[in-house]
Amino acid sequence: MHALANPARFTVLARRLAPWLGGLAIVLTGIGLYLALLGSPPDYQQGETVRIMYVHVPAAWMALFVYACMAAASVAGLVWKTVLAELACKAMAPIGAAFTAICLITGSLWGAPMWGTWWVWDARLTSVLLLFFLYLGYLALVNAFDEPGRGLKAGGILVLVGVVNLPIIKFSVDWWNTLHQPASVSRIGVPAIDPAMLAPLLVMAAAFMAFFASVALLRIRAEILERRLQALRFAQAAAAVPAAGRTGMPAGAPGAAAGRGA
Amino acid sequence: MRRKRQRLTLVGLILLGVGAATALTLTAFEDNILFFYSPSDVDERGVEPGRRIRLGGVVAEDSVGEHRDGVSVRFTVTDWEREIDVVYAGLLPDLFRECQGVVAEGTLGADGIFVADQVLAKHDENYMPPEVAESLQGDPLCGDPLQAADRHAGRAAETPRP
Repeated sequence: MHALANPARFTVLARRLAPWLGGLAIVLTGIGLYLALLGSPPDYQQGETVRIMYVHVPAAWMALFVYACMAAASVAGLVWKTVLAELACKAMAPIGAAFTAICLITGSLWGAPMWGTWWVWDARLTSVLLLFFLYLGYLALVNAFDEPGRGLKAGGILVLVGVVNLPIIKFSVDWWNTLHQPASVSRIGVPAIDPAMLAPLLVMAAAFMAFFASVALLRIRAEILERRLQALRFAQAAAAVPAAGRTGMPAGAPGAAAGRGA
Repeated sequence: MRRKRQRLTLVGLILLGVGAATALTLTAFEDNILFFYSPSDVDERGVEPGRRIRLGGVVAEDSVGEHRDGVSVRFTVTDWEREIDVVYAGLLPDLFRECQGVVAEGTLGADGIFVADQVLAKHDENYMPPEVAESLQGDPLCGDPLQAADRHAGRAAETPRP
């Protein structure tokens, strides 16, 4: 963990791992889509509509998982002042927001034919919508400060506060009565889903996970490089400013030379 | 090291505080978070006629029929403890059928009949191919899906849960 907190080492690791994970995501998505669309039976009640599940459920899992990762990164950033963790949190947020959006959209498309409505304000749907707004709020907050470090810290606190929403989403279908059905896979005992339908679901979930890992590594690496670029620009500007201020200095002074070169 | 521990404690306290506040809020608003009332809830809470509520439960077996007016559908919603008759004029969702979960929105009439203006189907958490469902047929309990799934999974059937 501590070795990974070194940005230089992380960048090297990310560059090596990301393409492999990306390739894995493509292969798994191919297999998963084949199983989901062709290689699995229709549902006894919902018919072919059940195939929306193979996108909707993994997207929902990832929406929660990415937020949990962001919360862990926020704790690391706030407690141990690890810049890399703060940058990772920022880099993961848009991916999580996208998964949440996919979950909400596919859920709506599924609800229209099955429930007879696009949207209801039940506990599950409302808490997931809140998660989506938390992602958007975090992104807005992080980018609202002139000094990036302060934005990252404020965003980290927001993520931490929002983490109470995760158990609410998970258990909303058990604590209150909702239109949304209870969990099928993670319920105590045996999954309430036929093995022929569980297989494509799990393959798709693995594909989403590999996709997330790959894109997250790329994005975190980009954030690190951007940070480094900023630092270089600052250093350059800092070198140039005193040179411009010292116009009365004779030409050939080291500061003036650096200023002209910039 | 001490400052790190202080910050860690602070983070823990924030989580605890926010968690406690949320738990209290959610408990206080529990009635408003419930998406629907079961027939027993309607009974216990003494819902007065004319108030808009959502009524949720399972469509009782052999209860779906035509209303007297020849346009509306009538059916009985049950939670295996209490039943309420529902009248509804409109399109029913694909999943609507006997022994299926529904949520009806409308008002309870003075005669005890619930007049719905929207009916939503609520499906359960069980997914299986038609062949598997067929092999489970002949269920005396109106195919209570929970029991069916439990048997499907090779477990002993439990008592029906609402």
